[in-house]
Amino acid sequence: MQFFFEVLIGGLLSGVLYSLVALGFVLIYKASGVFNFAQGAMVFFAALTFVGFQEVLPGWLGLEPGSAVVFWLAFVLALASMVVLGLLTERVVLRPLVNQPHITLFMATIGLTFLVEGIAQGIWGANVRGLDLGIVDEPIEWLMDRSGILVSKFDLFAAAAAGVLVTSLALFFQYTRIGRALRAVADDHQAALSIGIPLQHIWGIVWGVAGFVALVAGMIWGARNGVQFALTFTALKALPVLILGGFTSVPGAIVGGLIIGASEKLAEVYIGPMVGGGIESWFPYMLALAFLLVRPEGLFGERHIDRV
Amino acid sequence: MKFQRTLVLAGLLATVTGPAAVLADEQFVGLPSYRVGAYASGGSGLFGGWIDYMQMINERDGGVGGVKITWEECETEYNNARGVECYERLKTKGQSGNTVFMPVSTGITYSVLEKVPQDKIPMVTIGYGRTDAADGRVFPWVFPMITTYWSQASGIINYIGTKEGGMDKLKGKKIALLYHDSAYGKESHAILDKLAAKHGFEVTKIAVAHPGNEQQSQWLQIRQQRPDYVILWGWGVMNPTALKSAAKTGFPREKMVGVWWSGAEEDTVPAGDAAKGFTAAGFNVAGSNYPVIQDIQKFVYGKNKGNMEDKSRVGSVYYNRGVVHGMITVEAIRKAQEKYGKGKAMNGEQMRWGFENLNLDDKRLAAMGATGFMPPLKITCADHEGPGKVKFQQWDGTKWKVLTDWVDSDRALVRGMIEESAAAYAKEKGITPRDCSKEG
Repeated sequence: MQFFFEVLIGGLLSGVLYSLVALGFVLIYKASGVFNFAQGAMVFFAALTFVGFQEVLPGWLGLEPGSAVVFWLAFVLALASMVVLGLLTERVVLRPLVNQPHITLFMATIGLTFLVEGIAQGIWGANVRGLDLGIVDEPIEWLMDRSGILVSKFDLFAAAAAGVLVTSLALFFQYTRIGRALRAVADDHQAALSIGIPLQHIWGIVWGVAGFVALVAGMIWGARNGVQFALTFTALKALPVLILGGFTSVPGAIVGGLIIGASEKLAEVYIGPMVGGGIESWFPYMLALAFLLVRPEGLFGERHIDRV
Repeated sequence: MKFQRTLVLAGLLATVTGPAAVLADEQFVGLPSYRVGAYASGGSGLFGGWIDYMQMINERDGGVGGVKITWEECETEYNNARGVECYERLKTKGQSGNTVFMPVSTGITYSVLEKVPQDKIPMVTIGYGRTDAADGRVFPWVFPMITTYWSQASGIINYIGTKEGGMDKLKGKKIALLYHDSAYGKESHAILDKLAAKHGFEVTKIAVAHPGNEQQSQWLQIRQQRPDYVILWGWGVMNPTALKSAAKTGFPREKMVGVWWSGAEEDTVPAGDAAKGFTAAGFNVAGSNYPVIQDIQKFVYGKNKGNMEDKSRVGSVYYNRGVVHGMITVEAIRKAQEKYGKGKAMNGEQMRWGFENLNLDDKRLAAMGATGFMPPLKITCADHEGPGKVKFQQWDGTKWKVLTDWVDSDRALVRGMIEESAAAYAKEKGITPRDCSKEG
């Protein structure tokens, strides 16, 4: 039973990290109705820019490598880069496509993926880098001593950071003026424009916030596995979360992440050995697919009814 | 009169321009590289090292027997379809078409396996590819050189046996294989099962789904099973994730042995302190203190002609692996020229002969400035693999430190499996194996 709980807790903590990536998708989908295929590339771009600045700043400004000043300066610059990337995306990619079918916007984000990946590697190179956030990735001893259950300090920190971010954004969307405007834009671009909501302004904000979320996700995933191209694959982990939680719901991203995280780990451990293992990659998709049959809009997604 | 004037003009022109007008022979090598995409970090090092070595031969020696080496890269992104496209595109390039294809991808190897005999282009797969192609009687155009996955698995078991104090000490031990859930990862299963039966250890195979950036459940299983050793058969992000997860679950890195696609700086640096103590096999070593690397520094980087943007990577595992690719390419050209004429560009068939008669013994490796850099290598008509040996290196937190001399595999067992598998392939495809006693 202890092993079961160990797997379950580990899965839930991983699930929060999936939520974090899924959140980036939700933000942009809510504001523009676009499924942003480039979210994984944005995570990679953000993390690479952060470590890239960490590398070059000591040389540029004569600062001590690895110091707190370098860390925060790199964070601010990376965040600024993400905001600029978001604004440019809105200006160059989305604005010319206002009122176009959603599939057109989706295709544009596919193109954006390759562009962002290429720009990131073009500027900072393709080398794999380590990223140290100063939190050791080792088990919490007192928990190990008392219960024998292994829970990583880093995973707990990452889950807490992701949890705070997700909660803040959920509140932001629900209770602020901008949040309401975002939801209005998501419902109908033209209707939102007609009542005076500045579409470009809203899109700029949301792409900027999505860039911030990508930076946090990139830093956490980068610290776990290294900053490398594989960060773009984190998007694959978020897709079943979105299907399950709903594309338009921030709380849905959290609950979906927890369900996917826990179920994929339990399935890998208890079902995996019976079918040759390695089922973690497709099990969440199967689960999401089964869920789609029952509730197509996801757990918290808005039910869409068309009059015909 | 007009004709006479033309003749005089032509004669004059020939006298003035003279030999310069005659094009010198050039040996073309097509490089199916991957410098963007998921595996760019390894690819940029490997192809950088390979190009730098050929550049060094051109700069230092004026080419091979006076024949300058030329090359062209074609980006595959480690994608099979693009790899085949590159194969087709490169095959007509250069003076006599592409004369060797080294795909640096097991997937691309399989995709063009049946094309290379038709196009008469030798395919060299160093440390990857189809293992049973080591039987040159069935696969005359394919060369899985230096060592194969089966030899590597056997070498790792021999290394663990030595660490334990003898192969008999393996009896009753538990070894977990943490593998990339792909054809590459599964390549080790058959040989490990045979070795487990032979030496009496227990092998547990644990799959990691691609890309391998989540391994919590696998490492919890390992923690529960408490194996004596973990063999890491990973690729890309799977490697640093495994090392970090091992640290998280308290599994000692000194008891983890990686394969050569898990044992580069790209695998250990992102894992930080978690990689300290991790050991990996390699058919080439890291380091820049070898005369061959120093010559590259002098003749290539000294003239600002180096291929690596980040010069600090010169001497890294992947870079040096690229140098090995370059050395084997150049030595095959040299060998072929000995038979078919010095100072001439070799075609694919002549290059094939060159590869099949390679003999890089200690003396030759010393002359190349590569003693200890790679194992001595002798290829024959029947044996396209060669030594099948690996060295083991340990990550000390900042660099790889060589722990052993070249460790042999269970040659009899591995060769038996290769011949059995190649014979089955020959039967399936209706191939009559060559009689090597009749090969010149």
